Order: sequence, then structure tokens, then C-alpha cells
Amino acid sequence: MNPLAGTAADLVGLTVLLPFLGFLVNGALAFLRPQAKRTVSVVGVGSVALSFVLGVFVFLAVLGARPEEPYVRTLWTWMPVGDLRIAAALQVDQLSVVMLLVVTGVGALIHLFSVGYMGDDPGYARYFAYLNLFIAFMLVLVLSASFPVMFIGWEGVGLCSYLLIGFWYADVEKAEAGLKAFLVNRIGDTGFMIAMFLIFAQLGTLDFVAAAPAAAQHFARGSGAVTAIALLLFLGCVGKSAQIPLYVWLPDAMAGPTPVSALIHAATMVTAGVFLVARANVFFALAPVAAAVVAAVGAVTALFAATIGLKQWDIKKVLAYSTVSQLGYMFIGVGAGAYAAGMFHLVTHAFFKALLFLGSGSVIHAMHAAYHHTHSHADAQDMRNMGGLRAHLPVTATVMWVATLAIAGIPPLAGFFSKDEILLAAFTRGAQDPLYYGVWVLGLAGALLTAFYMTRLMLYTFHGPNRTGDLERPHLHESPAVMTAPLVALAVLTVLGGAINLPHVASLHRWLEPLTASSAAIAGAPEASTGLELGLMALAVAIAVGGMVLATRLLHPEALLPADRAPAERGFAKLLLEKYRVDEVYDALIVRPVVWVSRVVLWKGLDAGLIDGAGVNGSAALARGLGWIGSRFQTGQLGTYVVVFVLGVLAVFGTLMGLL
Amino acid sequence: MFLGRALAVSAILFSLGVTGVLMRRNAIIIFMCIELMLNAVNLAFVALAQQLGADGQVFVFFVMTVAAAEAAVGLAIVIAVFRHRESVNLENINLLRG
Amino acid sequence: MNLAFWFFSATAILAAFLCITRRSPVASALWLITTLFNVAALFVLLDAHFLAAVQVLVYAGAIMVLFLFVIMLLNLTERDPGDRGGWWPNKIIGAAVGIALVVELFVLRRAVPPAALVRPPGSAARAVAEQGAVRVLSVPLFQAYLVPFEITSLLLLAAVVGAVVLAKRRI
Repeated sequence: MNPLAGTAADLVGLTVLLPFLGFLVNGALAFLRPQAKRTVSVVGVGSVALSFVLGVFVFLAVLGARPEEPYVRTLWTWMPVGDLRIAAALQVDQLSVVMLLVVTGVGALIHLFSVGYMGDDPGYARYFAYLNLFIAFMLVLVLSASFPVMFIGWEGVGLCSYLLIGFWYADVEKAEAGLKAFLVNRIGDTGFMIAMFLIFAQLGTLDFVAAAPAAAQHFARGSGAVTAIALLLFLGCVGKSAQIPLYVWLPDAMAGPTPVSALIHAATMVTAGVFLVARANVFFALAPVAAAVVAAVGAVTALFAATIGLKQWDIKKVLAYSTVSQLGYMFIGVGAGAYAAGMFHLVTHAFFKALLFLGSGSVIHAMHAAYHHTHSHADAQDMRNMGGLRAHLPVTATVMWVATLAIAGIPPLAGFFSKDEILLAAFTRGAQDPLYYGVWVLGLAGALLTAFYMTRLMLYTFHGPNRTGDLERPHLHESPAVMTAPLVALAVLTVLGGAINLPHVASLHRWLEPLTASSAAIAGAPEASTGLELGLMALAVAIAVGGMVLATRLLHPEALLPADRAPAERGFAKLLLEKYRVDEVYDALIVRPVVWVSRVVLWKGLDAGLIDGAGVNGSAALARGLGWIGSRFQTGQLGTYVVVFVLGVLAVFGTLMGLL
Repeated sequence: MFLGRALAVSAILFSLGVTGVLMRRNAIIIFMCIELMLNAVNLAFVALAQQLGADGQVFVFFVMTVAAAEAAVGLAIVIAVFRHRESVNLENINLLRG
Repeated sequence: MNLAFWFFSATAILAAFLCITRRSPVASALWLITTLFNVAALFVLLDAHFLAAVQVLVYAGAIMVLFLFVIMLLNLTERDPGDRGGWWPNKIIGAAVGIALVVELFVLRRAVPPAALVRPPGSAARAVAEQGAVRVLSVPLFQAYLVPFEITSLLLLAAVVGAVVLAKRRI
């Protein structure tokens, strides 16, 4: 009997239901009475806030009970098919409750921010409907008790991502960005599905609680089957969490409203991949090759995206590539078997990345308002049009500096502890597999660049002279309280968030131990000496500080020109700005051939030519032809009829003779 | 006694009648060829009556009767058609085109 | 007997051939009459004396006379261009079909009836000698085949009425 039975954990289904009801109500309002903004706000924010409160109670229950086994709450039987029984069930354990708090907590803050940010948008009700639906699906994903239920959440958040990226669908580019996100994710989802099929084929079950021990018994360590499963699951993660080679949708996803970018493409949805690896940690522990692939891809992505972020001018694009890069760090963590470290970075990243995005939203809000006054069409998101905004948006500037220090990895902020632990895990795993030393080096290089480009962002946006324009400048002002309050809340979390894994304060590692113990036993948990730990820590701090100092020395914000007058980039800078032209390469290598095959071969060739032409029209022509032949018999001449008649008689005689 | 030979003759006469029906276009001549065919069949019946009993001859009796009736009606039709079409050429009588 | 049989059958076939190939309808009709006479002779040789007489009386005497009446009524001459020309493959087809038919019939000629039905040879001639040619035919006709007999009489009535109606100028 699980100690969580009979506690608040029994109500976990309500946390999913509340945002879903919010979606229904707001959706109905979007159709019937879109101008009821106050109701929409209350329902939208309230449902998520209530979910969070409930989540806190669930967390307290778990904290008190410290169950060894996850608590599975079966709501109904979904798919009983032959040997397969899939139940619509939610699972309360240490891992899911962490995600529950993050999703509902950060989600509630972002919902509150949206009240101010999207206040003037005509699609207000629709926005909150979609956002609530997203929270509902995301909770299904993190609270799921089996792979198929998680897949429902997985697909559902993909759908909401599509809806919200293309929220301003009248702009074709924005709509296409949504489509791009959905299609690229689909590639990853195929991997997830095939992995599910293989898991069921090999183990006969798809429930998390049953699959982990079954896998440990069934698969030999390093066997092809479990490696294939792990790699296919990782393919799903590559799509959802925007790693190489499927990251291309995330920068384009910035076409959506900024709170959406904060919630979905920074704090929650993109971290679903990391969550999946943590959930299915046994599979990755059993497949060291796959785990190494995870870490390697994470490391390469971390560095690659960081280089692109160095030269982007759009403030949201910088943050987008930063997200891709930080996700790479999380995968380094879970790939190296340090699931707690990866999850730790996930949580801290949720705080400071959401803060960064919301802060940028605050900036963009102010820039929009200023340009609106002068009817200018300049780009409100281009950093070359900003500068010196510290004077106009002091609160935003302060909290964003907090977040920047966190992401750069300056102690004692949260980001320092999480990033440091990941790099430590990679380094110690290197003793088992030297590949991880390379991973560690790439991670360190990425940390340097992270510090650099984030400082660059802050310098260009908030410091130096203001380039917005003399007419616009008086209209730049700080955001209203409904927007700055969540910013401050997130800043507090960013500062204090490190406490959840601080030695002698709390230990996320010990917290997650019931779920990761078997993996640690299989894959080994390399320990590092305290000396090594401190040494690496010092190195990381030095890198972070060095990156920031380098940025202040090398960059000259006063030399920048506004976007419309700025000189074009050249050389390597141009390559970085154009993100290594990866999208163009994909277009030429993959998209164009597929479109060509679809249009020429499949559409014109098969569909129009073969099926329509030969099949449908052809059979009609055949019938017509046969009919024409038949009609030639009806000459009206008796002579013809007699001939045919006699031929029939001959045929009958022939059969009598046995000839025919 | 002459069964085999009589049947052979019947076969030949019948085929000649069929050939005539197929080759000629004059309606009346075609009719005559049909009569020829009927006669060939009569011959066959009579020949087989030697082996299988007098029922064969009864059948010939009926055939002749019906042939007479058919000839009468058929020729009446030919006359009626001739009145409209001024010709008994079968190629001109093509109203059966469907 | 054999000689008579060969003679009459050869004449019948020759006359039939000539019948189907003459251009003039009158010539065709006359050749058909010849054929009918020869077939009647064959009937006699096959012990169907009454039928031979009926053949001459009804077929050659009435039906062919009717044919000749109609031919002359319609005033069909061989100068009628109707039968000329035409689609020549028709002739080929006709000849081919005719030959095919003959071949098939010759093959089928070998078919043997069920043994139960076969009478002993010579019984037909004996029956005629005992009962007379008419009685051989009339007994089955008025006993076993009475109903068809009556129906045939109705058929003849219908034919007469129909022929009159069809051939009238104005009904």
C-alpha cells in the first residue's frame, strides 16, 4: 500500500482537470463573447494558480511520505487490446511532482504576465484558451504513468505549440513558423512511437512502474535492442527539445507571443525531452552507447547554438538559441547518468529563462508602445534599436541582470550550481568513457560563450546610448505591475532556486533516488573527490566571469547604429548571423526533394496519372471502348444478327464436341 | 438402314442453308434458305425415326405445319416492308438498330 | 436401293447449292422445289411414305407456290441491284461458317443415342409393312401428341389471321 494513498496525491487528476476546464470556458468565451476580458483573465490565471496550489499540497504529501514506489492513480481503462492494457493513469512520484510544481508555478506567473502583455490583443480569449490547454496537456505529460499517456501529452503540447506560435495567423510567416514546428516535431515523434512499439514488443508492458524492472531483467547491458529503444526515444527528444539536427523550429517559434516563448519554448515544453530521458532512465543506463550519444549531441548542440547566439540581433532569437544551448546542457547531464543534475538544471533554467523571456517581453512591450506613438515600422525586437533602456525600464533591467548572472553561472545563483554539477558529472564519467572528456570541454566552451552573449544582450539592450529615436524615447516606460510582479517573483526563484540542490540544505539527488537507484546501479555512479569538485567549480566560475569581462571589453554598444542604418555583416559574422545557413541546407537537401517527389511523382505521376488517368478515367474509357465494340454489333442489319447467331450455334456445337 | 448417310446429307443441306442465310441479302431468298434448313432437319428426324421410333415422324409433321405458318406470316411481313421501303434488300431494312 | 439413295441425295445437295447461289429469286425458288422433291424421295427410302407425300403436297405444293406468288407480286427481277456488291467479307464469312458447321456436324454425327431408346433394326420397315405408313404416324399423333396437335391448329389460325392483317394495305 503506497503511503501516498489517501493523501492529497489522490487529487492529482484535478490539477489536470482545472486548466482543461479553463480551456473549455475560455474557448467558449472566445467564440461567444470575446470581449469579456476580465472573466477570461480570472478563469485563465485562476485555473493554473489553483492547480499550483493543489500541486503544493501534493508535493507536501510526497515530502511527508517519501514513498519508495511511485503512486499510480488509475482514472479509467483506456485501451484494453489483447495482451496490452493501457490505463488512463497518473503517477505521483518525486520526479513528476517536481515537474508539476515547475509547470504550474512558472505557468501561473506567465499567465499573469500575459494579462498585461496581451491585454490589447483582440484574440485575448483564444490566447488564454490555448494557454490553458497547453498547461493541461503538459501536466498530462509530466504526470503520466505510461508511455502512451505521456505520448498523448507529448502530442498535445505539440498541438498547442503550433496553435500558439501561429497565434497571429494572418501573418503568413508566423503561420508557417507554427507549421514548421509541428512538422519537425513529427519527425521526432515517429522515433518516440517506434520506441514504444519496441518496448511493448520486448517487455509486454508500457507502464513506467512495470517497464523499469522488466527492462533491467530483460535486456543485457549494451544489447542492440535496448540501444535501439533508447536512441529512438532520444530521437523524440531531439525533436521536442530542439537538439541537433531538429532544432531549426525553435528560433522560428519566436514568431509567437513572447509569453508563449517563455512558457513553452523555454520553461516547459522543450524540457519534455529531458524529462523523458529522466523518466526512462533505466533504458539509457542499459545502453551506454545511447547515453553517450545523448551527451554528445547535447554538448555539440550546446556549443553550436551558443556560437549562433553570439551574432543575432533580434533579442528573442538570442534567447531562443540560448535555450537550445541550455537544453544541450541538460542532455549532457542526463546522458552522463546524472539525472538529478539534468533535472536541477531544468528547474533552474525554467526560472531564469522564463525570466529572461518575460523581461524581453517587457522590453518589446515598451518598444512597441513607443513605435506605436510615432507610427514607426522599425523592428521593436532588434537590439540595434534599443540601448540605454536601464533608465526607462529599471525593474526589468535589474531582474534581467539577475537572470543573466544566473545563466552565465555566477555563484550563488541557481544557474551556477546546476551547470557546475552537470559539468562535474561529465568529467567524472570521463573515467569510464573518454568521450565524456570531450563533452566536458565542449560544455566549458559553451559556458564561456553563454556568458559572453548574454552580457552582450544586456549591454546592447540596457546600457550605452539609446538608439530608439528621439521621438520615441519619451514614450518608453516600465511595464505595469501585472507584468513586473511575475518578473520579480521569478527573480526571487532564480536567486533562491539553487537551494534545492545545495549541499547541506537539500539534495535533489537524494530526492530522486528511488527512481534513479537502479540506473545508478547498472551504469555505475562515479564519484569525484572533493578536491576535484572544488577545482572544477573554480574553473567554471573563472570561465563565467571571464566571459562576462571579455564581453564588456570587446563590445562597444556606443558604436552601434539603429537597424535600418546598420552596416551588413561580413565574413564569419555573417555566417553566424545567418545561423550557418542550416535552414537553407535543409531546404535544398530535404525539403525541395520531398516537395518535388510529392508534386511530380506522387501527385502528377501516381495520383493524377496512374490512379486518375489509368484507374478512374482509364476504366471509364475501357467501359466506353467495350461499349463501342458492343454497339458495332447492333447494326440493325439482320444479316449481322444472323451471323452472330450462327456463331453462337457453332460455339454450342463446339462445346458438345469437347473442343471449346 | 441409311441412318449414317442420311444424317450426313442432312448436315450438308443444313450447312448450305446457313451459308445461304449468311451470304444473301435478298429477304425472300434468305427465307428460302431457312426453308432449306428446316427440310434438312426434317430429314434428320426421319432418319433417326428408323432407330428411335415413330415419334420422329410425328415431329416432322409438326415441323412442316409450323413451317407453313411461319412462311405465310414471314412473307406477309416481307410484303408489308416492301410497301414502305421499296426494296427487299436486307441492308435497307435496318430499323432494328438499337 | 443404295444407288437410289446416292442419286437422290446428290441431286438434293446440288439443287440446294444452286438454290443458294442463283441471282434470280425465281430460279432460287425453282431449285428449292427440286431439292424438296429429292428430299421427299429420301423420305420414301427411309420408310416415311406418308411424310413424303405431305412434303410434296404441303411444302413443294403450297409453301413454295406461296413463295413464287410473293416473288412475282413484288416483281423482283435479277436486274434489281439490291443483291449486288455488298460487303464482300460477308461471303467469306458465310462460306467459312458453313464449312465450320459441316465439319462440326460431321463430328457430331458419331454421337450414339442411349441404348434404352434404340429399337431393333428393321423395326421401322416392319411397322410400316404391318400397319401401313399412315397408321404409323397417326396413332402417336392422335394419342400421345394430341395436345400439340390442337395447339398447332390454333397456331395455324393465328398465322392466317396475322398474314392477312400484315399484308393488307389498310387495316
